Amino acid sequence: MKEEIVIAGFGGQGVLSMGKILAYAALMNGLEVTWMPAYGPEQRGGTANVTVILSDSPISSPVLDSYDIAVVLNQQSLDKFESHVKPGGVLIYDSYGIHRRPSRTDITVHEVNAMEATFAMGNSKTYNMVVLGALLGIKELVPMEAVVKGLKKTLPERHHHLIPLNEAAIERGMALVKG
Amino acid sequence: MKGNEAIAHAAIRYGADGYFGYPITPQSEVLETLEEEMPWETTGMVVLQAESEIAAINMVYGGASCGKAVLTSSSSPGVSLKQEGISYIAAGELPALIINVMRGGPGLGTIQPSQADYFQATKGGGHGDYRLITLAPSSVQEMADFVFLGFDLAFKYRTPAIILADGIVGQMMEKVVLPEQRPRRTNEEIARQCPWAVTGKPSFRGRNVVTTLELEPAAMEVINNRLQEKYRLIEENEVRFSTYDIEDADYLLVAFGSIARICQKAVEVARSQGVKLGILRPITLWPFPSAEIERISAHVKGILVVELNAGQMIEDVRMACHDSIPVYHYGRLGGIVPNPQEVLDAFFDRFPEANS
Amino acid sequence: MDINEIIKPENKVYSRPKLMTEATMHYCPGCSHGVVHKLIAEVVEELELEDKTVGIAPVGCAVFAYNYVDVDWIEAAHGRAPAIATAVKRLRPDLMVFTYQGDGDLAAIGTCETIHAANRGENIAIIFINNGIYGMTGGQMAPTTLEGMKTSTTPYGRRTDLNGFPLKISNILAELDGTCYVTRQAVHTPACVRKTKNAIKKAFQNSMKGLGTSVVEVVSTCASGWKMSPVNANKWMEENMFAKYPLGDLKNTAE
Repeated sequence: MKEEIVIAGFGGQGVLSMGKILAYAALMNGLEVTWMPAYGPEQRGGTANVTVILSDSPISSPVLDSYDIAVVLNQQSLDKFESHVKPGGVLIYDSYGIHRRPSRTDITVHEVNAMEATFAMGNSKTYNMVVLGALLGIKELVPMEAVVKGLKKTLPERHHHLIPLNEAAIERGMALVKG
Repeated sequence: MKGNEAIAHAAIRYGADGYFGYPITPQSEVLETLEEEMPWETTGMVVLQAESEIAAINMVYGGASCGKAVLTSSSSPGVSLKQEGISYIAAGELPALIINVMRGGPGLGTIQPSQADYFQATKGGGHGDYRLITLAPSSVQEMADFVFLGFDLAFKYRTPAIILADGIVGQMMEKVVLPEQRPRRTNEEIARQCPWAVTGKPSFRGRNVVTTLELEPAAMEVINNRLQEKYRLIEENEVRFSTYDIEDADYLLVAFGSIARICQKAVEVARSQGVKLGILRPITLWPFPSAEIERISAHVKGILVVELNAGQMIEDVRMACHDSIPVYHYGRLGGIVPNPQEVLDAFFDRFPEANS
Repeated sequence: MDINEIIKPENKVYSRPKLMTEATMHYCPGCSHGVVHKLIAEVVEELELEDKTVGIAPVGCAVFAYNYVDVDWIEAAHGRAPAIATAVKRLRPDLMVFTYQGDGDLAAIGTCETIHAANRGENIAIIFINNGIYGMTGGQMAPTTLEGMKTSTTPYGRRTDLNGFPLKISNILAELDGTCYVTRQAVHTPACVRKTKNAIKKAFQNSMKGLGTSVVEVVSTCASGWKMSPVNANKWMEENMFAKYPLGDLKNTAE
């Protein structure tokens, strides 16, 4: 298997760390991974994106122009990446603040109200985990145990008490797409 | 882990004695990771944030003079500042490891990835006739492995080695298997293995002096010739490269660092379309794999050199194949990284006949 | 009495220190470098630090210090000696590490390295020869050149409106929390030579005890650069240099 994924949104939405947790989870699950951020001032606001590739064989290019899955969390990212999803691929977007919706018909489009769900949960910091949950609900890239291992690896020790909260957010995201 | 973090962990694992650095994007994680790991508590490795890149490279010069395994890392503008010290380290015949996680220039340029310091690293960025063993990693694993290889070669030949990485491989995360922890060498082992090292003069030997000055022209020429002999030896013995799909190739891509992986994907796509493309990736940029490129050039119709610069390595490729076949360049500047399709488009643009 | 009756071991009152080589010095008559070299050789021997000493030589007239003092040396790039000494002492805390620097090396091109090494409190000794001129390159203005003093790049005398002011860098270094001992000495009289020797000894001991950075400034003559006879140079130094760079301890927290 090979999944070429781009995750894009505003800096501060947790795009890079969501990609990191996914990458670590896949690594724990025995896969080859690359995690390639668009780095720099983007980290401080503006748009951020990260390319994550999961594969059961060695990965060549960490830089891509077309993706199996695009997770886009703002209008700019939707505008930028919609056309780069491979035919038959998956586009997941959060409708919050979106005024121009995706128009392609040769891909599977999922609208996820992750922002609203996060507000309802009362902790905006888990937004990216709700999104990750939605992604995993749509496509089971890695099992939940591996995600928890990924969380443990990514979060500093002092934040490990937040893992159950993050797990709950992931499950909330999964529930969103299971309808 | 990130490529930059892999360098830090590998340095500790190698049993390096000291790291001296100054923050600059996109490689600050090297110093940050070392400060977080606190190796002075475990292996005894010294980690110091210097007041400038100039101070940092001179600390490396000092540490290397003592026979210690010392390194520094920076990115392009900072590596320019280190050139004075690198020239002295080469002239003093000292082993040391330098890491350049390249960003775009000239000047402050951009913090985005680049390969525009190829000339600086391989042709001598500082003054005088010297060479740097130049290693170009294309994965996070190689970032770690080349710390070991770089130090080993530096000590073998008593000459500085540089890891010429780009911002992509520095910032990218992927799986890495770290080498086993090696013990740091004791002062007694260093005195034995590096009899030239400055250690305080024991009664059984004369004084050791690390100097790069010789005002007598005839004596200076002897020193220069000795350096050149060493460089010829390195050229004979230390060329490293990797190839992919070259045996039946009609055309060849030549690329180094992370760009070689982007090109490998382009080769995969081309092959799926029936175009026989292959790739050669120089791992040592100096010494350059000229003989292998010359060999391949006898049975391919053309070469495309892909770089994140305006055309630097292409000069070595053209010299290697004596311009016997067309050699074209595809370069992106300013921190733009081409994707595999863009590489392929450039290839078909330069070699339209390959598409038939 | 025949002279050969006088030259006998039992009559010997003075000799070349054990750690001075027999190489003929390239220094000009009247130069202070030779005296300071000799003091370093004597102190290293007296403290029994021969196998523990690493000197860092500068670019300047003292670039060949390693030809004269028989200890291990590293020849630095211009101004970078304190950075090199930093690494040597950090990687080999058991060694006694000193730099030997002129005014151009320490107070112009190497100001950054000097101040930061001192500010980190590196356990090194800095021997600073201040003769107010660039000797080796032929007598150009130094940061410590006095106002009105003629050099090859201030042929009509140093003008503060054009060239700034003489830099009292030891006073700056004394202000830093990392220094434990900063003193200004001279070597033009036997009494001064003795005082300077004691200062160097203190600085070397401080390095071994790990008390911080020690700085021994030696206000010196450059008879050739000043275009004077050695005797007149000493006189000129007393009358002019000491007014700007008065002798004595600037700081001593090491005791």
